[in-house]
Amino acid sequence: MSPKTLYDKIWDAHLVHEAEDGTCLLYIDRHLVHEVTSPQAFEGLRMAGRKVHAPDKTIAVPDHNVPTTLDRANAATMTEESRIQVEALDKNAKDFGLHYYPVSDVRQGIVHIVGPEQGWTLPGMTVVCGDSHTATHGAFGALAHGIGTSEVEHVLATQTLIQSKSKNMKVEITGKLAPGVTAKDITLSVIGRTGTAGGTGYVIEYCGEAIRDLSMEGRMTVCNMAIEGGARAGLIAPDEKTFEYVKGRPHAPKGAQWEAAMDWWKTLYSDDDAHWDKVITIRGEDIAPVVTWGTSPEDVLPITAEVPDPASFSGGKVGAAQRSLDYMGLKPGQKLSDIEIDTVFIGSCTNGRIEDLRAAAAILKGKKIKDGMRAMVVPGSGLVRAQAEEEGLAQIFQDAGFEWRLAGCSMCLAMNPDQLSPGERCAATSNRNFEGRQGRGGRTHLMSPAMAAAAAVTGRLTDVREIM
Amino acid sequence: MEKFEKVTGIAAPMPLVNIDTDMIIPKQFLKTIKRSGLGVNLFDEMRYDDNGNEIPDFVLNKPAYREAKILVAGDNFGCGSSREHAPWALADFGIKVIVSTSYADIFYNNCFKNGMLPIVLPEEQVEALMKDAEKGANARMEVDLESQTITDSTGAAYHFEVDPFRKHCLLEGLDDIGLTLEKAGAIETFEAQASQWRPWV
Ligand code: SF4
Repeated sequence: MSPKTLYDKIWDAHLVHEAEDGTCLLYIDRHLVHEVTSPQAFEGLRMAGRKVHAPDKTIAVPDHNVPTTLDRANAATMTEESRIQVEALDKNAKDFGLHYYPVSDVRQGIVHIVGPEQGWTLPGMTVVCGDSHTATHGAFGALAHGIGTSEVEHVLATQTLIQSKSKNMKVEITGKLAPGVTAKDITLSVIGRTGTAGGTGYVIEYCGEAIRDLSMEGRMTVCNMAIEGGARAGLIAPDEKTFEYVKGRPHAPKGAQWEAAMDWWKTLYSDDDAHWDKVITIRGEDIAPVVTWGTSPEDVLPITAEVPDPASFSGGKVGAAQRSLDYMGLKPGQKLSDIEIDTVFIGSCTNGRIEDLRAAAAILKGKKIKDGMRAMVVPGSGLVRAQAEEEGLAQIFQDAGFEWRLAGCSMCLAMNPDQLSPGERCAATSNRNFEGRQGRGGRTHLMSPAMAAAAAVTGRLTDVREIM
Repeated sequence: MEKFEKVTGIAAPMPLVNIDTDMIIPKQFLKTIKRSGLGVNLFDEMRYDDNGNEIPDFVLNKPAYREAKILVAGDNFGCGSSREHAPWALADFGIKVIVSTSYADIFYNNCFKNGMLPIVLPEEQVEALMKDAEKGANARMEVDLESQTITDSTGAAYHFEVDPFRKHCLLEGLDDIGLTLEKAGAIETFEAQASQWRPWV
């Protein structure tokens, strides 16, 4: 047999049909659904008189619109339109018999956190969701990617997707990370290197010692942002850590099925002599704690750097960088660590897991946030929230002056009431710093949870190594 | 889906790179449960000021481009989220064809599902078309999917590549789900086998 990459292996195991022109029909093992990108798909099904092909493989949870304040059980906390979307999901989940975690369920949370937490995401699977950060699930060695609403409808109706195969890209992070450097710094640094279109047409497999050393939470952070680098999906080969994480989760296989699954999962790695269309190698030691300065996730620099001069770029990026700086209210040559912030947001599917909260709390313990700062922690799921309370993290956040919220997407995209006002500057652990992403006119700097916590204490972008 | 006919119309230039889906349709408009009606909010934050008044400098607000059917844009168009609201908003505004050097993967897919054609051309050709598009109301271009050519107002024609299956679906206005359901047998066979060797799925 010819050598294969992990991606090749998963692809081959899910190929239902290949047409002469190379168009493939791929089987989908898990379909995750949320309230924003699904109503039109269910409407389409109803109009065509179609059913959900495999309701048992379809998992729905509202996350984007839901308020994260403690009073959210009160319908008045939602706008009319948001309420209609969440109610539509309630109804669709019920009518079509899907697995469902409503707002009132402690297991509710961001779809990409709930899936792995409940054991829906398993190695070797194909996982899709009408959401670009589906890439997160690649941390388990599952082929996972975002799809549009028409494709959501297609998967609902057929449990397959029409696909053409991507190319293989290997991103290797060698050696050890320095203290204060996290999974978020890895994934941002990779995008800083490749650009937001560098992964277009590829599925990326992340490997190397620094990736192996990451926890499952950290690996999810890395894969989460594969899409920000333009890749269709990010993958990490499953290993003992993966199996350990999965074992015993509510929807993970048990008994003899677990053994059978393990037999296959252990074959899920890229063969030594597999062909790569593109390889990128970064030394773990060379990665610094980073922040973004602009309005694209590729606008990444070490916290010790200065705001770049747009003239230092080439092509269309010159104008884009100038536009970014105007929007962000920054000047070339300004030290990044001098940039003052108003708000801190810790949460999202990138960094809303328990390990992220631990990392932030470790910095905040016994400290207070800067006077006048607005700071909030939004756990990625109700279960993350409960665990953080049990571990005493919630108390640390609250003592420091953070708001302690309920689970949801919140200020990652500001569809719910958690928004920045024009000109407000935020240190955020989410994944997109686009114009207006966190609220019209809002200015976002992306960074790791520890860096965001450090910024909350000093009131400016801060090198976490100074206060560790 | 409607069949994709030959498109003749005004092309609007948007030379910015990395135009993301949040710019194309900001999230406050994702709360709809319908596919239609998003055209007025296309590029909302670039197109209107805080009071909801049109910003006259924005390209689609200029008289020459209000009826644009083609958009010529910078590299990596449509990056960001998977929201199909982006192509829905473009289509609802009247855009049928986009020309750029590259697109984000999900956006690119989404266009075809909505009867829109995203054309990829090399940088010099996109630049030439961008220049042509800057001529305003005179920048009428013609896009012929059948022969895979785009012709600008000067008569210069450029050939573009498109996946044969997608081309076929656009030209015939075919619905993907219907096509896939024709393979229901293959899906059933796959499921029967998978339930044997991966029963835990
Ligand atoms: S947390 Fe942000 S990126 Fe993640 S699913 Fe929610 S909105 Fe999307």
